[in-house]
Amino acid sequence: MTNAADLPAWAALPTALLLLLGAGLALTGSLGLLRLGSFYDRIHAPTLGTTMGIGCVLLASMLFFSVLQTRLVLHELLIAILMVVTTPVTLMLLARAALYRDRSEGCDEVPPPPPLPPAPDLPGGAPQAQVSAKVVERT
Amino acid sequence: MSTELLSWSILLAQILLTLAMACAVYRLLRGPRAQDRVLGLDTLYVNATMLLLTFGIRTSSTLYFEAALIIALLGFVATAALAKFLMRGEVIE
Repeated sequence: MTNAADLPAWAALPTALLLLLGAGLALTGSLGLLRLGSFYDRIHAPTLGTTMGIGCVLLASMLFFSVLQTRLVLHELLIAILMVVTTPVTLMLLARAALYRDRSEGCDEVPPPPPLPPAPDLPGGAPQAQVSAKVVERT
Repeated sequence: MSTELLSWSILLAQILLTLAMACAVYRLLRGPRAQDRVLGLDTLYVNATMLLLTFGIRTSSTLYFEAALIIALLGFVATAALAKFLMRGEVIE
């Protein structure tokens, strides 16, 4: 395994810049998570780190190891693909869970649920009333 | 010169990422509601992934990459399961 001191200057400079940019974006996102007011504001902030931040760090890592080992090192793309696929899914799940909890507690800061479409298939319509009456009381 | 610049910027990036993790831990511990805590945990996972990649660059070893991949994967599973729990009160129904 070669050493980091063998890295030429034309590769060390972009690696350093990309690392600093990625870490700075992650810190900005986490500061937003710390400072913003409501949950629905806060859920936007960490996406700075999960898109551009981790992208810059992964680019820096790919550049560093590709130049150091004089071959193409692309396994960081796995993490990039994983982040791109999973981050919207988890944040969407989390936002919908928070919206459901706020609505079921009768919080007036969230918009009311959309009106239910008429369901001609169901013979009574009773199950929907049971579902909407279910209240989650944990905090 | 360039090696020195790289090592200093790696150190600075580690400090910045540690500060970001501290912000996420604060939100995890003090978040007013459960969804804030889950969001803090998710941010903590992402920052830990980036910190491990930075460690890998610092030590010029690709061993840390696998740890970063596993942490990213666990972060997705943990956040999805916790969001499901907040939504329904059960993880597996």
